[in-house]
Amino acid sequence: MTLEEIRGRLQGDIPGCQAELVVNGSPSAQNSLLIDRQYGLEAARLLRDGLQLDFCSNVTAVDWPDQDKTEKIKTKQTIDGVEKEIEETRKTKIPGYLEVVYHLFSMANKEGPVVMRMRTANRTDDVTLPSLTPVWRSAEFQEREAFDLYGVVFKGHPDLRRILMWEGFTDHPMRKDYVPPPDDDDLEILRER
Amino acid sequence: MTQVAPPEAQQDNLMEISMGPQHPSTHGVFRMDVRLDGERVMRLKPVFGYLHRNHEKIAEAASYLAAIPYTDRLDYLCSMTNNWGYALAVEKLTGLTVPERAEYIRVIVAELTRLQNHAGMVGFLLQDMGASGTPLMYAFRERERVLDLFESLSGARMMCNYMRFGGVRVDCSAEWLGQTAKLVAGFNGFLDEFEQLLTGNEILMARTQGVGVLPRELAINAGITGPGLRASGVNYDLRKVDRYGVYDRFQFRVPLGEHGDVFDRYMMRVLEMRESLKILEQALRDIPAGPIMDPKARLRGLRPKAGEAYGRIESPKGELGFYLISDGSPNPYRYRVRPPSLINLTVLEDMCLGHNIADVVVILGSIDIVMGEVDR
Amino acid sequence: MDQDLKTELSKHGIFATSFEELYNWGRKNSVWPLTFGLACCAIEMIATTMARYDLARFGAEVFRPSPRQADLMIVSGTVTKKMAPQVVRLYNQMPEPKYVIAMGACAISGGPFRDGYNVLKGIDRFIPVDVHIPGCPPRPEALIHAFMALQDKISGQHLTGESRPRHLKQELPSEFPVPEFGEHGLEPAQNDEIFHNPLKVLQG
Repeated sequence: MTLEEIRGRLQGDIPGCQAELVVNGSPSAQNSLLIDRQYGLEAARLLRDGLQLDFCSNVTAVDWPDQDKTEKIKTKQTIDGVEKEIEETRKTKIPGYLEVVYHLFSMANKEGPVVMRMRTANRTDDVTLPSLTPVWRSAEFQEREAFDLYGVVFKGHPDLRRILMWEGFTDHPMRKDYVPPPDDDDLEILRER
Repeated sequence: MTQVAPPEAQQDNLMEISMGPQHPSTHGVFRMDVRLDGERVMRLKPVFGYLHRNHEKIAEAASYLAAIPYTDRLDYLCSMTNNWGYALAVEKLTGLTVPERAEYIRVIVAELTRLQNHAGMVGFLLQDMGASGTPLMYAFRERERVLDLFESLSGARMMCNYMRFGGVRVDCSAEWLGQTAKLVAGFNGFLDEFEQLLTGNEILMARTQGVGVLPRELAINAGITGPGLRASGVNYDLRKVDRYGVYDRFQFRVPLGEHGDVFDRYMMRVLEMRESLKILEQALRDIPAGPIMDPKARLRGLRPKAGEAYGRIESPKGELGFYLISDGSPNPYRYRVRPPSLINLTVLEDMCLGHNIADVVVILGSIDIVMGEVDR
Repeated sequence: MDQDLKTELSKHGIFATSFEELYNWGRKNSVWPLTFGLACCAIEMIATTMARYDLARFGAEVFRPSPRQADLMIVSGTVTKKMAPQVVRLYNQMPEPKYVIAMGACAISGGPFRDGYNVLKGIDRFIPVDVHIPGCPPRPEALIHAFMALQDKISGQHLTGESRPRHLKQELPSEFPVPEFGEHGLEPAQNDEIFHNPLKVLQG
């Protein structure tokens, strides 16, 4: 089945589910489906049972930090009674998010990959996604790793705790803005002292 | 999912043992928190991260080429296949093609890697069962021969750093191919000797048959790949499914198990070694002359177009996949390794419940994990 | 005693030695390592004990699984921050005299993984190291060479006087504090009494 057909099936069978086709720019031509996180669990069940995508191979978390967009806009302003055209630089912030990508294959039909993505609302307070471990058990450890290293909270995961770092660790090291603690052989620190 | 939950009154009588991270038979720094009722396992939680070396973070700060030596150190017994998995993912990302001779060389070194990995696995499994090192000595004797070949080809015994995007780094000589052919010719004899000592052995059969059964549906749902999956009867070998490289030109069978217990997983390795020998014979016979690198390949300053790719190969442990997201810069934006050993550990608890503590070590040995890959 | 005299006497079947030499000879030819493989270097360590390179020729036949029975800890592989407290605990559990070989670039200084957030930049931040073996991984011959260097070190140790080894000096510690897991890393990040940061030394 092509991705368009899969999208049609998802949107048809699950009312309200939005699935967007994300086109891949590289020669690999592996396009993906961005699924609304509200319907993530239902969509996963449909993909597994209806389309025989019984093998979830890879669960990856990706960090897309906030980006500043600077644009120059020409506006008309009245100064001293005369209308002039001035160039204004406007800075907008494109909010970042955390994204989790699932690579699905079908062992029964020897097909794949079907790439599925879900995004959180932002990187700070709304970082929950539905856990797909009840659908594919292979996501169990990989979602724990995404929680440990990125901070994505998976609702419905049977045992969500840190897996690679120790329990008292507070940072999420794989995020792009992670700053490691200063170690004593950092030359800058030594110079300061 | 089978869960053996003891009645509430017995909860206090359970003994909690932490096996590892320093333990002679946990295959590296791996820890298991086990709860026992007498000798029977009631609960088992694996704990890892003791070898988490931040491979993904380092690779995102390094260029595409600089990440290749780090892939050697993922599954440190099988550096050639790790290199191939990464090279395949980058070739998918960039559209590079690999010339025929390089494809054949890749198949040859990958199957040699499979031989020495499976021999080592059987050796370590028997060591865990108490065979005190003798099968391991035999296995390492053959492994040293394969490592000699790797050293004369790539310069290093273990961390070969051999594959490049669009081909391989150096060409192999006719003399090297002759030495490989000699090794392959003698390997069947070694396997016969090995099997004669092991396969019909009473202790091996008593300790492995019926132990650690993995049902078929659970194996598929838990994402188990590699010999463990095929031991449970699922015919899924990436060399036949994806037909990457030139594997579609070789005649070989995929052995399948019936019961999914430790004995089947042991037999998978032995049978796969024999199939690897068949592939090697065909590859050594048919390897063509020609270039070993794609002429369009640029190693330094490689800037793939923005996009993503997922490339996977059948490594000796299972499906090794690399997921790369590029944003047009010389460093990968996201570099992810899909580790077969980590995902194969998902069902460790299910396989061990109800068995004795002595079986836990045997079951762990049959999954064949390498901590460099589990923790990355 | 003069070496030529010793050789002359031994030709007549008279063996002259000092208590110190005898003591060190017995110790150095029977060093029992701990089965302690962390990462890739562990596989080369196993290969060294196998039939081709055979570390057993040097007395290291018996790899003990329990630290209480081992003399030597070969730290083979990357020590991560998560594993560091366990390494120090194991070192503390070993009885004196005990030795440490840091095998491979990762155990010496963090190696290729030095930039990692979870990687300890060398095990000598917490425990004293006797022999360092560079390499990634070092060949089995390099490990044998390091083992022989350790044997030379043992045979050169004096039983009396100021230069006697740590295990004969009551005032020197043989157990070192175990680091704790902090919120962002290990606390303390290194043991300042035994780790002398080379950059600090250079700065004066």
